[in-house]
Amino acid sequence: MLANRKLILAHFWLAFGVFGVALTLGAWQMFIRSPIGTWLSNPELYYRSLTAHGTVMGYVFPTLVAMGFGYAISESALEQRLVGVRWAWTGFWLIVIGSIMAVIPIALGRASVLYTFYPPLIGNVFYYLGVVLVVVGSWIWVALMSINLRVWRKAHPGAPVPLAMFANVAGSYLWAWTAVGAALELLLQIIPVAAGLKNTIDAGLARVFFSWTLHAIVYFWLVPTYIAYYTLVPRAIGGRIYSDTMARISFILFLVVAMPIGMHHTFADPQVGAGFKFIHSAFTALVALPTLLTVFTICASIEIAARLRGGRGLFGWIRALPWDNPMLLALAFSFVMLGFGGAGGLINMSYQLDASIHNTQWITGHFHLIFGGAIVIMYFAIAYDLWPHLTGRELIDVRLIRTQLWLWFIGMIVTTFPWHWVGILGMPRRMAYFDFGDPAIAPQALSVTFSAIGGFILLTSGILFLVVLARGMRAPQADAGPYRFALAVHQPTTVPVALNTYALWVALMIGLTLTNYGYPIVTLALTEGTSVPAVYVGAQ
Amino acid sequence: MSVEETHENGSASAEVAARVERRWATIAVIIIVAMALLAAFAGIHRATMPQPRVETTDPSRIHLSGEFVESNLGSVLEANGNVTVRAIGQQYSFTPACIVVPVDTPITLRATSADVVHGILVQGTNINTMLVPGYVSEQLMRFTRTGDYLMPCQEFCSFGHEGMWGKVRVIDKTEFADRAKGGGRLSCVGQ
Ligand SMILES: [Cu+2]
Repeated sequence: MLANRKLILAHFWLAFGVFGVALTLGAWQMFIRSPIGTWLSNPELYYRSLTAHGTVMGYVFPTLVAMGFGYAISESALEQRLVGVRWAWTGFWLIVIGSIMAVIPIALGRASVLYTFYPPLIGNVFYYLGVVLVVVGSWIWVALMSINLRVWRKAHPGAPVPLAMFANVAGSYLWAWTAVGAALELLLQIIPVAAGLKNTIDAGLARVFFSWTLHAIVYFWLVPTYIAYYTLVPRAIGGRIYSDTMARISFILFLVVAMPIGMHHTFADPQVGAGFKFIHSAFTALVALPTLLTVFTICASIEIAARLRGGRGLFGWIRALPWDNPMLLALAFSFVMLGFGGAGGLINMSYQLDASIHNTQWITGHFHLIFGGAIVIMYFAIAYDLWPHLTGRELIDVRLIRTQLWLWFIGMIVTTFPWHWVGILGMPRRMAYFDFGDPAIAPQALSVTFSAIGGFILLTSGILFLVVLARGMRAPQADAGPYRFALAVHQPTTVPVALNTYALWVALMIGLTLTNYGYPIVTLALTEGTSVPAVYVGAQ
Repeated sequence: MSVEETHENGSASAEVAARVERRWATIAVIIIVAMALLAAFAGIHRATMPQPRVETTDPSRIHLSGEFVESNLGSVLEANGNVTVRAIGQQYSFTPACIVVPVDTPITLRATSADVVHGILVQGTNINTMLVPGYVSEQLMRFTRTGDYLMPCQEFCSFGHEGMWGKVRVIDKTEFADRAKGGGRLSCVGQ
């Protein structure tokens, strides 16, 4: 039984609560910009809503899931009481305060800069300070994960760190360093301007800082999902992890190569030269490697489960899998969405192909498929898996859970596929409405309508998810036993130091970031006359 | 089954696993290397290159002097037959709002922003670039058929973003040359 159930539950409930709100906003946005919704007389409300949706979904929700899951892993995988519980609560409350601080100016229309900030647009200073508090709260978690592992290592000298914890700490280090880019942008550039201490800002440099965070943050969102792939799915369906080593290599690769690639977000920007864009493009290709390794290892792991259940033949084993198991269902949906989203990602990261779809609705389709689809569906699975251990009660609505996962999958496909399509046609993103009366835009109306319908399917699924969790709080009591993680076919008794520690990999991560970002940042910072007047949002 | 046999089976299966893993890792690496080579090849040999140079300009002065003063915006036929288009984006329009260019001609688009970040995207083409205040964006383009193209601002630029739609009008080469005879900068206005 987990000792700090209240702490973990607090993180999950806050995460899924704000997720529900942001999901509702998202569905409303799709309705309002589609031909079935009437035109909004005040597009300003749309951008407020969009800022809130992005800020919650990008910063608050995944961070809280990673933190809650991280605490659960630390306690159960290490079989050790969480060290620093008071600090953990401090981090939690910082996130609560930060979120409230950020959401008030958003609601008042004083911070409609979207979650990507867009200087020289400058919103109310409390919006940025709120985001900073959320990040600081999460850094406390990073420190705690590191400290807990250290305490465990002292008690178990030389022993292999359990895979779930190894991945969890790798994810926390990735986050700590990833967040530095946006933190530099906020602290050095935006907040002084928002606070009125300065009135000019280098928008180009700010975009480079932000790209440092913007891509690797996706891999931080992804880590809980990958931990679930490796350590929850095989256990839930009676299989084994095909290779513990492959799993460790995948997480290490994410740590090393997820960071120095963000400039592929600036392919179309004038402030970065072609050389560094190319280097980042090549590095982005590398980041497909850990995912390819993972897809292989997980497929092999579930094949083991199928063969243990009597599955035969080259593909016949697939039928022997327990398809009514929610964890397997979530995995299958997640893989399908990861496949489509990943293929789209290869197009986005291509030096040349990117031009066709840069900043179109394609991009929105791509990252909703990866994050909202492949990643979030596993967050659901994690919550379902953990819930009995957090509440001491059994989740009995298995059919409802399956329906919820199906709806999420269908909703994501119905939402994002039309977005990809209109993106190819050149529909720009982040628009409050379109003039579907224009003959040049009219053919896109049907696709946008489908997306809006998908949005409501997703909303239905999200509500079902919250209903299942809430009902789980009042279900009959049942002892779920200790929380366990999947074992490997060859459970390691010793692991090479390089696969059991982080020093080398963290050094590589920082080194590669400095080589891939150092020169462009320094040259931009030294270039004279690139600071432009700030444009304050809602200042009229 | 004796203990020893189990152990032997174990190490044999570990060997199989290691071999399969190595094979998969090799395939994955080959895929990635091939992708990188493709990108390098296309980057070196084909068009659609990201902008190579970084040029700066002061947005608070572009109306007063230099390349982007109002009278210099629009299309101009250069002596070598190429066309240069200069444009700016501002909240919430492009100047010129409608760009006119000849078909089948190498065109250089030079553009910047007068205030916040905007973007230029020409629908139905792969012309797509950001306008970041303080910096000049340059994009080479060439249209293969005449007609009107929509040119929305593709980057959120505050509350009027959804209304920021420009246009590109691609006309016949001789017609463009005719109109360019008098010198000056061309746009769709007065056509
Ligand atoms: Cu604009």
